[in-house]
Amino acid sequence: MSLLSSACLALAILAAALPTTVVRATDAPTVPDTLKQRIAACTACHGEHGEGTPESGFFPRLAGKPAGYLARQIRNFQDGLRKYAPMEYTVRGLTPEYMHEIAEYFAAQRVPYEHSPVPRISKAMLDRGKTLATEGDPARKLPACAACHGTQLTGVEPDIPGLVGLPYDYISAQLGSWRTHTRAMVAPDCMATIASRLSEADITAVSAWLATRQVSVDAHAQPVGSVTPPLACGVLGAKEVAR
Amino acid sequence: MKWVLRIFLALLVLAIAGVAWWLFAQRQAPLPPAETTAAKLQDPQLIARGAYLATIGDCAGCHTAQGGKPYAGGRSLPTPFGDVPAPNLTPDDATGLGQWSFDAFWRAMHEGVGRDGHSLYPAFPYTSYTKVSRQDAFALFAYLKTLPPVRSENGSPSLRFPYDLRASLATWRALYFRPGEYLADPKQSDEWNRGAYLVQGLGHCNECHVARDNLGGMPKNSTLTGGQIPAQNWYAPDLSTRDHGGLQGWSTGDIVALLKTGQSSKGAAFGPMADVVMQSTQHMHDGDLRAIAVYLQSLPPRPAPGKGDSPLDASALLADGAKLYATQCASCHGKDGQGITGVYPPLAGNASVTEPSGINAIRIVLLGGFAPSTAAHPRPYSMPPFAQQLNDRDVAAVVSYVRHAWGNGARPVMERDVATYRHTPVE
Repeated sequence: MSLLSSACLALAILAAALPTTVVRATDAPTVPDTLKQRIAACTACHGEHGEGTPESGFFPRLAGKPAGYLARQIRNFQDGLRKYAPMEYTVRGLTPEYMHEIAEYFAAQRVPYEHSPVPRISKAMLDRGKTLATEGDPARKLPACAACHGTQLTGVEPDIPGLVGLPYDYISAQLGSWRTHTRAMVAPDCMATIASRLSEADITAVSAWLATRQVSVDAHAQPVGSVTPPLACGVLGAKEVAR
Repeated sequence: MKWVLRIFLALLVLAIAGVAWWLFAQRQAPLPPAETTAAKLQDPQLIARGAYLATIGDCAGCHTAQGGKPYAGGRSLPTPFGDVPAPNLTPDDATGLGQWSFDAFWRAMHEGVGRDGHSLYPAFPYTSYTKVSRQDAFALFAYLKTLPPVRSENGSPSLRFPYDLRASLATWRALYFRPGEYLADPKQSDEWNRGAYLVQGLGHCNECHVARDNLGGMPKNSTLTGGQIPAQNWYAPDLSTRDHGGLQGWSTGDIVALLKTGQSSKGAAFGPMADVVMQSTQHMHDGDLRAIAVYLQSLPPRPAPGKGDSPLDASALLADGAKLYATQCASCHGKDGQGITGVYPPLAGNASVTEPSGINAIRIVLLGGFAPSTAAHPRPYSMPPFAQQLNDRDVAAVVSYVRHAWGNGARPVMERDVATYRHTPVE
């Protein structure tokens, strides 16, 4: 395209755009037709890119988690399997299609991991956490976290979340929730079984060790089928059942 | 003093109950199990009509637990007197409607009496459903009988004394309930009558959209005048479209749009009404929606509200609210509160902003949330929750500003109201 025609085109676009822009500036606000704009209710707490609040540990990171996992969590809040009133309220009306679209948005986000505070605990405790995460405790029928969540604990597509890059408070709260039945999954609920076998000290140890892991920005979930779960998991075997 | 009053009230209720017991046989005869209407119930057209009627009545809204099987019961309805669980409507023999005859079903809908002869608690809105015609009740029954049976035990109501006594219920019924099918008004059009039938009957709109008295009764001579929904802390606005009505100036198209899409140029559905739109009204035929609109537009004008004057000087609060509005709200709702139709609701002239209590605006600012997902808006826009970001004073300021600005003229809200509703459980 010649310089002249480009300039003409630019002028034409400007001329066409000008009146509407002026009207909108004084009249109605302009709103981008983007998913990001639509999901302000999500990003207000979880961040525009799903980075969460690593400093407080309260709102978990969503960025880069497998989409199947994220969509299932929205569904679980709808169904009351996961209990947190503001989340249950926010997602109550979302259709399965919209849920998946939102999940894909956050799964596709790439933002650096930030370090979050870890409680001061002994080296022995941290070592205990590392052993639980990477080897498990066969005597107590505790599989390693890595057996399902991937060798680097970055999750497995499409349903298993990464455990690294999450704050200590969040991880320990989730394990506690499985024990108090405020977080659950489609039966058989393998994580409920595991959490019931963990002591409080185990939860502290494993949550602290996981929270100390450094994660590179390009860390990603392992491919589909790259792990063989040692326990029966409803979410992995029996797929989402339509209501 | 409060206790003396309570005991006095309890005694009074019991005394009236005694009289009511005397006047109205409290327990009616039990009905025999299902008779042989089975063949008639198989008619596919009847079943399809029943399915549509069940949607209009939003039966599943109460009779489905969170994450539960449709119509299998289990959800508890909170009331100021205690929680009342909604029973299983699937045709399971032991726990559902399997053993129910149509006569028993009709008696429940029309008279509020269960199959065993006991009066039902009016959490089941038989005060409205009594208007439903026998043919429509039969279609509903036929549809419910086609559901897959689910074994799900029904919970017991957990009501406080003296409301847990069935005798109290006899009193309540004597005071507030008169059975009677809808009688068409020959002076009105067929469309108006259809609208009135749907609004007063299956739609059971008045169960939320009117202020109830201390015993949970609805005043006889006012309908759809708006009121706080007991135990849920939302305000269901007045539905009159005429002078000083909550929907003043709403056209037929505005009402149809809200019920069908969840949004209109005058406002959007949220809270419990969002659920009603998603599960019920968006599936209604256009003719029925128009009939409802025509009926609502015939509701009488309302008396002018008293001036929103407060003995307190709210000017500092309003000034702070204006600043917050400009930075936090105007980019979506517009600097003049005009909103964007189909995207963000207007706040100027919005009945949910100006309703008398201020609850709705306070809770929406705190909770945020998505507009209803409907066929028309499957990917709705949303509002961020401000509970984390704004303290009680900030919320009071911005809500007071929005209620005051652009001619809205509603009274300011107090910081202490925000503190209260911040901790209202989200249902």
